[in-house]
Amino acid sequence: MSHIKIDGQSVPFEEGQTIMEAATAAGIYIPHLCHNPEFTPHGSCKLCTVKINGRNATSCTFPAALGQDISNNTEELNLERKRITQMLFVEGNHFCPSCEKSGNCQLQAVGYHLNMLDNHYPHFFALREVDASHKNVLVDHNRCIFCNLCVRASHAEGKEVFGIAGRGINKHLVINSESGKLVDSDLTVDDRAAHICPTGAILVRGTAFKVPIGQRIYDHHDIEAVSLGEQHGE
Amino acid sequence: MESFIDHTLKKYQHQSTPLLMILREVQAQYFHISEQAAAYIAKQLDIPRTQITAVVEFYSFLSATPRGRYDIRFSDSITDQMLGKHALTDSLCQKLKTPLGTVRADGLVSIDNTSCTGLCDQGPAALVNGHAIGQLTPSRIDKIAELIEQAIPVTQWAELLTVNDNIQQAGLLLTSELAHGDALKATWQRGLTETLAEVEKAGLRGRGGAGYTTAWKWHLAYEGSEEDSFCDIAVHKQLQRYVVCNADEGEPGTFKDRVLLNSHAHTVFEGMTVCAAIIGAQQGFIYLRGEYLHLYDQLLAVLAERRAAGLLGDNILGQGLNFDIDVRLGLGAYICGEESALIESLEGKMGIPRNRPPYPVTSGYLNKPTVVNNVETFVAAAHIALHGGEWFAAHGTEKSKGTKILSISGDCKKAGIYEYPFGTPIRQILQDCGADDVLGVQIGGPSGTFISNKEFDRVLGFEDLATGGSFIVFNNSRNIFDIVQNFTHFFADESCGFCTPCRVGTSLLKKQYDKICTGHGSTGDVRELKEIATLIKATSHCGLGQTAAQPILTTLERYPELYDKKLKQISFEPGFDLDGSLEIARQLSGRNDSNAHLAQVEEQ
Repeated sequence: MSHIKIDGQSVPFEEGQTIMEAATAAGIYIPHLCHNPEFTPHGSCKLCTVKINGRNATSCTFPAALGQDISNNTEELNLERKRITQMLFVEGNHFCPSCEKSGNCQLQAVGYHLNMLDNHYPHFFALREVDASHKNVLVDHNRCIFCNLCVRASHAEGKEVFGIAGRGINKHLVINSESGKLVDSDLTVDDRAAHICPTGAILVRGTAFKVPIGQRIYDHHDIEAVSLGEQHGE
Repeated sequence: MESFIDHTLKKYQHQSTPLLMILREVQAQYFHISEQAAAYIAKQLDIPRTQITAVVEFYSFLSATPRGRYDIRFSDSITDQMLGKHALTDSLCQKLKTPLGTVRADGLVSIDNTSCTGLCDQGPAALVNGHAIGQLTPSRIDKIAELIEQAIPVTQWAELLTVNDNIQQAGLLLTSELAHGDALKATWQRGLTETLAEVEKAGLRGRGGAGYTTAWKWHLAYEGSEEDSFCDIAVHKQLQRYVVCNADEGEPGTFKDRVLLNSHAHTVFEGMTVCAAIIGAQQGFIYLRGEYLHLYDQLLAVLAERRAAGLLGDNILGQGLNFDIDVRLGLGAYICGEESALIESLEGKMGIPRNRPPYPVTSGYLNKPTVVNNVETFVAAAHIALHGGEWFAAHGTEKSKGTKILSISGDCKKAGIYEYPFGTPIRQILQDCGADDVLGVQIGGPSGTFISNKEFDRVLGFEDLATGGSFIVFNNSRNIFDIVQNFTHFFADESCGFCTPCRVGTSLLKKQYDKICTGHGSTGDVRELKEIATLIKATSHCGLGQTAAQPILTTLERYPELYDKKLKQISFEPGFDLDGSLEIARQLSGRNDSNAHLAQVEEQ
């Protein structure tokens, strides 16, 4: 088997694997938000940026290949990742203490992991709406980070309920229905797309507090361990 | 409405790939893409309605809400501003009683700004219903207002619609004649492989600015993807491949492709056809920026002429090549100049750059091998096919062969088109275009480099100052901050929004720069500016984000003392006007005493 090097460690890879896939298989965590192994990589959040032989690349989309000497867990890259996470925080309206997703939220968990203690940048205070039209599923646009996972999940299940529209900072999630409201779309509560959101932008109603705050995944485990499927202590 | 849409869809064979062309026609007819129109088109094309919404919101020449029957967009490039664009815009807004950014209540007119329209040599400029009008003066503004109030169709504004070539200095390419079909005949006479070898010998590199070796691009597209390269030779020949001409010349300050397409369209198409013969393509596209709508009909006419002459279509010149070219219009999105974003746009989607690899040469339009080259590259290739590689390589430098066509604008006596061999020093170019008392030159547009008047011995070329052709001259009366602010706003407006660092970062950069420009900056703010700039450059998805901070970084490096002067000598300064922010509270409480005011910084 061929190998690449990640932070000095030799990591095997198969032809066609991305750097992220090879790393994950070898138990190496690369921070990410828009990546989910179940779906086609998107490469937009840029948290998984690594250095391949000194050049930045997006590890969830870049193929592993012979001769790659990769840096991942370095001070420089982790600072860049923290700044990118802070960008996501100030772009939307993320108020963790009042969010139902707190403790189960990957954006928050990545923030913990990268030791993010403030937002660093000035807030945009974007005016965004909540779509509470659907009886089972709620969309809170304030928390959308445009990871595209709901779009990909809905596409994969043949429904195309979600899309991303707009340009630049005016990007926003749109819903495929005549009224533009979730209630008139084909979404049902058992859709994968209703459960895939890494933040609290798409929530299944009536389930928010089944697990109390303080007993949730990231309240006790670093996202690194969770992501690698090693939930210690449970 | 449905019958109009049906007719339009039929024209485009009910394909969703020409979605931009379809929506452009609907927009022109109904001044917006209504909910009903979007729903109907989505249904007829069997695509998700969200795709239409996404496209309408992405491209600035489309709108979900009605625009005026006369939709005016002033070019807001720095060169337009230097030529007095603001006063002219204000004047037209007043005459037509339509504030900037609004639609008049009777629906007759709407006025807005747009990014550079490619008329910097004859600005200030504006688009009216997509038609370009240059050389704006107070009297031309009066005329426009009059024509609009009288509801005369724009197509009848003949006297205002002239666009000049302004070729000031022709070099190797612009002086060479090419009789229709000669490059193709030479190609077949010499042999396809041999002609590709000539292109390689010529050392031709992409003229859009990135400078990828053209012969390699063509070679890779011929090879196709890895799976394809192992198939039977007969099958390999039949593989679908595409040739795309990138005429989405959006970099502020460049307009050379406008001139090439106006006066050398045959040569452009001949270059594309030579490429098609070599790589084995059957279909070509020219992606023409929407701002060049004025060239659309004449390009269609040139294509028709070439079909009639047997230079396009089936069995070209009896050599068995079947190849044709379609013109596709862009709709106001700078990012579509990036080749993979351009391909997405050709497929009827938002112009979002793709993840690479795979590169377009192996997986481009409809995931087939695709060559995307700049207009000027095809012109050079056509001449190389006729005259051979050495003819071209005899000019220029070791690393940058041949010549480069420049679009020169700004503070100079003779703006227009200049062709120079690579290796020409900037000093000579400035002399030729009649520029004196120069502060600096923006080479390669906002995404390029700002050089100061201490660097005029530097030369044109990939080894020193690479450029897609934009060359903007600034004299000493200009303010660096106005220039950089214009460019920084441009990138924030044009960011596609796909990746976090560019989407959020360009807006943060804009805010941070505005803070410094308005005199609210402190030393900490320049440090922060640099940090954001470096982050965007390092982590963005594509060239737009990677170069968006260039104007800031290159001027910070050259004029640190100017930045220092702009800053207040304190370590922290609020990012907004404290007292100004209390105005609403004062109005609400009806107070205006001294306690209702706050000093920006507490007195020592």
